[in-house]
Amino acid sequence: MSERKIRVLIAKPGLDGHDRGAKVVARALRDAGMEVIYTGLRQTPEMIAEAALQEDVDAVGLSILSGAHMALVPRVFELLKANGQERVKVFLGGIVPDEDVPLLLKMGVIGIYGPGTLSDTYVNDIRKAVLTDNA
Amino acid sequence: MDLAQSVLAGDRLALARTLSLVENGTAEGKSALNTLFPHTGKAHLVGVTGASGTGKSSLVNQLARYYRQPSQGEQPRQVAIVAVDPTSPFTGGAILGDRIRMRDLSGDPGVFIRSMATRGSLGGIASATSAVVQVLDAAGYDLVLIETVGAGQSEIDIARLAHTTIVVEAPGLGDDIQAIKAGIMEIADVLVVNKADLPGVENTERALRGSLSLSHPLAQRMLHHGKLVTLSAQPAAPSTEELVWIPIILRTVALDGTGIPALAEAIANHRAYLQSTGSWQLRERWRLQTELDLLLQNTLVASFRSSLPAGTYERVLEDLLERRVSPFEAVERLVDGAGRAAEEVV
Repeated sequence: MSERKIRVLIAKPGLDGHDRGAKVVARALRDAGMEVIYTGLRQTPEMIAEAALQEDVDAVGLSILSGAHMALVPRVFELLKANGQERVKVFLGGIVPDEDVPLLLKMGVIGIYGPGTLSDTYVNDIRKAVLTDNA
Repeated sequence: MDLAQSVLAGDRLALARTLSLVENGTAEGKSALNTLFPHTGKAHLVGVTGASGTGKSSLVNQLARYYRQPSQGEQPRQVAIVAVDPTSPFTGGAILGDRIRMRDLSGDPGVFIRSMATRGSLGGIASATSAVVQVLDAAGYDLVLIETVGAGQSEIDIARLAHTTIVVEAPGLGDDIQAIKAGIMEIADVLVVNKADLPGVENTERALRGSLSLSHPLAQRMLHHGKLVTLSAQPAAPSTEELVWIPIILRTVALDGTGIPALAEAIANHRAYLQSTGSWQLRERWRLQTELDLLLQNTLVASFRSSLPAGTYERVLEDLLERRVSPFEAVERLVDGAGRAAEEVV
């Protein structure tokens, strides 16, 4: 009963409608024993932060293929912080140009997983980030 | 301020944290619930159940929207939604996807949505759902919509938890035999035929109506308490003077909101019926007794198991596997054996 379940929110902020990657990641996290809250397409950062709060998640995965990551990611961080959820881990999927990666990592993103990433990679990263924090 | 006090003060982060602690069955969660419990009992608990794909989430979304912006003369309600989806029996993971249909509610501070996985429970809700609902009740949400997993026929735990149970059907899901089967059809206080814009809605409604007109088990159960009632096949306006609640059948189209005000009215009428007949208290009593019994069982079993000398349980289980004892004998042996062990200690 009292086992620690990792809860992850998977969201697609912005306007692109390509949610296959998000669904694949959601499914892989499910198969890794996590509880995945899937919010669907076209979420604003405000909607994502609100869902992260209500669901008390450990991590938020953002799938962005529209190129708007440098605007959306900082906003999500800002709102999570405003809600008192600094401890929530944020990871990215989708298409992110190499030159943006260092900046995003500096903001606090724990990992950026583009197409072709093995699911073990992000499953292990998320588990490690969440469990070391809450040990 | 401790966690429970923050919940009572309306802190949403504290509420979310408390829900997790309660869901995980932690000591902190139990202690918070001890503080919160005296503040419960105010919310109207409305269960929404039915097969996968009948539109439960969309219907809950529309209902919540309605309660936030009701028709003239009514106060908006504080609405909490608990949406349950199944846990994988193989990996323990879950996809909780009910929020997808509830995006209209985003940004409204008068709505709190929480997704839950069943975590091994088979009755359509999780074993912690009741406790989670209590926390939301204490936090001041006066209407709690509880959406079960896609329920087929016998996932009826919701009827024990909710004051009012809505069973959602959709055209094309089964013939009139489905409508006379036992189980989920019997727990409905309100039957909704959703997707009523689809062909076949008349057939679905006729099958349900036909089934209800044969008899309603609730009526039979209530008969020796009071007067005989003639069951009507019509969607009789629920009268609070009548002893027996006859389930109402309503058509809705959750996508565009058709039929939602009528559904909200039916829910309100059912509440009035429960309160005027004393059934509200009966249901509360039934629910809390079920919960007490379940907790008592779990606690007794846990304390019994820990009182057994090391290896005893495993030895009896081994005998059972080898067919040396039957399950009845195994239990006898454990219970007697534990008694003897306790005497030896004395």
